[in-house]
Amino acid sequence: MSTPENKEAPKQIMFAQACNMAMAKAMADDPKVILLGEDIADEQGGGVFKVTAGLSDKYGTDRVRSTPISEQAIVGAAVGSALVGYKPVAEIMLMNFVTIAMDQIVNHAAKLRFMSGGQTSVPLTIRTTTGAGTGLGGQHSDMLEAWFAHVPGLKVVAASNPADAYGLLYSSIMDDNPVIFIENTPTYFTKGPAPAPDHVVPLGKASVPREGTDISLITYGRGVGASHAVAEKLAADGISCEVVDLRTIAPFDEETVLKSVAKTKAAVVVHEAVKNFGTGAEISSRIHEELFSELKAPVGRVGSGYAPVPFSPTIEKAWMFSEDDIEREIRKILG
Amino acid sequence: MAEKDVLIDIFTRADLIMQSDIKFRKMIGGGQLQIVYYPVRGQEVVASAMMAAINQEDYLVTIYRGLHDQLAKGIPSKDLWAEFAGKATGTCKGKGGPMHITHPETGVMVTTGIVGSGIPIANGLALASQLDKDNKVTVCCFGDGASNIGAFHEGLNMAQIWKLPVIFLCQNNLYSEHTPMEFATSSKTIKQRGDGLGMRSVRVNGNDASEMYAAAKEAVEYARAGNGPTLIEAMTFRFHGHLLGDTGHYIPKEEMEQALKDDPMPILRQQLLDIQVSEADIAAIEAKNAAIIEEAAQFALDSDYPSGDEYRIDVLDVEIAA
Repeated sequence: MSTPENKEAPKQIMFAQACNMAMAKAMADDPKVILLGEDIADEQGGGVFKVTAGLSDKYGTDRVRSTPISEQAIVGAAVGSALVGYKPVAEIMLMNFVTIAMDQIVNHAAKLRFMSGGQTSVPLTIRTTTGAGTGLGGQHSDMLEAWFAHVPGLKVVAASNPADAYGLLYSSIMDDNPVIFIENTPTYFTKGPAPAPDHVVPLGKASVPREGTDISLITYGRGVGASHAVAEKLAADGISCEVVDLRTIAPFDEETVLKSVAKTKAAVVVHEAVKNFGTGAEISSRIHEELFSELKAPVGRVGSGYAPVPFSPTIEKAWMFSEDDIEREIRKILG
Repeated sequence: MAEKDVLIDIFTRADLIMQSDIKFRKMIGGGQLQIVYYPVRGQEVVASAMMAAINQEDYLVTIYRGLHDQLAKGIPSKDLWAEFAGKATGTCKGKGGPMHITHPETGVMVTTGIVGSGIPIANGLALASQLDKDNKVTVCCFGDGASNIGAFHEGLNMAQIWKLPVIFLCQNNLYSEHTPMEFATSSKTIKQRGDGLGMRSVRVNGNDASEMYAAAKEAVEYARAGNGPTLIEAMTFRFHGHLLGDTGHYIPKEEMEQALKDDPMPILRQQLLDIQVSEADIAAIEAKNAAIIEEAAQFALDSDYPSGDEYRIDVLDVEIAA
């Protein structure tokens, strides 16, 4: 895996590579950045998806530590070291495995600053990957961001492209709060424009990668690509979609979202996660609370089915949110 | 037997704990404080001997039944009492309460209300010390019940493979909440579990100040020398229920009678007399502790509650919206 300093930076990089470069930069910038996770050191392969490849060779196994398969011990070690000045990045290989570490994340990482009256803080980052569509079935694919967004004291981040992944992961590591950084397995090896080495994306700031006038598609992560594709298609029919990429799910950038919807007067929230009780419900509610009387129609929501992620491709496809779903929802709203 | 000044030190801490526990129960019983309280009477010597073997800058992670550990580690009584009472002057501005006492100035980094959860966090503190080569140790206190939760096994395993400078102090009071150890714990001892994880593990009478102190000192020296963690299973007893109001009806009468006969506090006091500490000197320690507690209790009562707006502060590094 290439890093900015070992060869000329390529113009296009993969998502996984961008994450690797962000960690490399953070480790170079701050000796207190350490990495913990299963198989992450180079002797163990640099991570099952090679996202940490080359980092232990460069920074040593004191700072890039392969761990036992012990998720609560991994996050606990990150919490403890964060309390005394470290900026640990814990890799939880797949998002479903965070269930094992929920006590450490929810009861400790998220609350210790508050419960200590601000005497301590927990500036850790938990990197984790997930996403359906590749036949990994019910325990390796869930998008669980709503769980974490519901916990005060955590920040939740999901990038939609390699450059943002680079800038957001760097900001997450340097942030003084615990951050859940969600990567997407099926798009790990998708390329996008490479960021400049000093590219930083602040947490809590959405972007508007496509401006439009008829409807706002509010989304993040993989939903951004799908929303772009639908926007492109509908442009041919004279429908102008604005795409808002939240980038930080919690706390989300209400100002940008409300500004966009105040302009278009219509919105669909799009995410890969199960629709029911998802982040779309909160975002939709906030729009209704602020802009109800201005809306052309109630805010729509697109998400995946209220079922575990299925294995067989036919069922998985039927279950999963799709560009067709987004298009249907837009046409319904715009009548 | 430990040296005279060490025993006096342990007694001074332990007496403060005993008197504090008595005072808390009295004030809660009398309605002056309305809090959930987990009594520590009976476990004073374990904590005092352990903390006498480490320094203020060493780290402590403890649990909801933690008053003894926190006082033994040196948190000023006023700050601690005010936090127990939920006042703005408390260690955590009243936002943590008795189950979440934190006081980095005395090394008290985490008090958790979740059984066993302190163990993985203690590893992180110890990992920081190992990386920083700061020669600190981390003491992690928990009860026998915690050895039945996954965090114990994950945490001890990781500490051992990384040879972290941490001392796992299992204060085995033989009851996890209302359940006797033999009912819920498959091994005869907690030490066996440490042995099984390849960890240096010892089992001592935690109620004997000299024995407990020797085990603590050895574990601390072992950790500071870079040899790794130790599991100390310190046998002790809890003279009151799981929490105040629990009568402890599930503890057989004979077992309680025997435990009370073995009360570590009068035994330690007698040991001081035996090594020629005068009754007057002991009484002076007790009187000083009593005065500290009176002042702390009054301070807690007199202090103001925090402002309600405080809930918006310390959630993140910036204040959250109302």
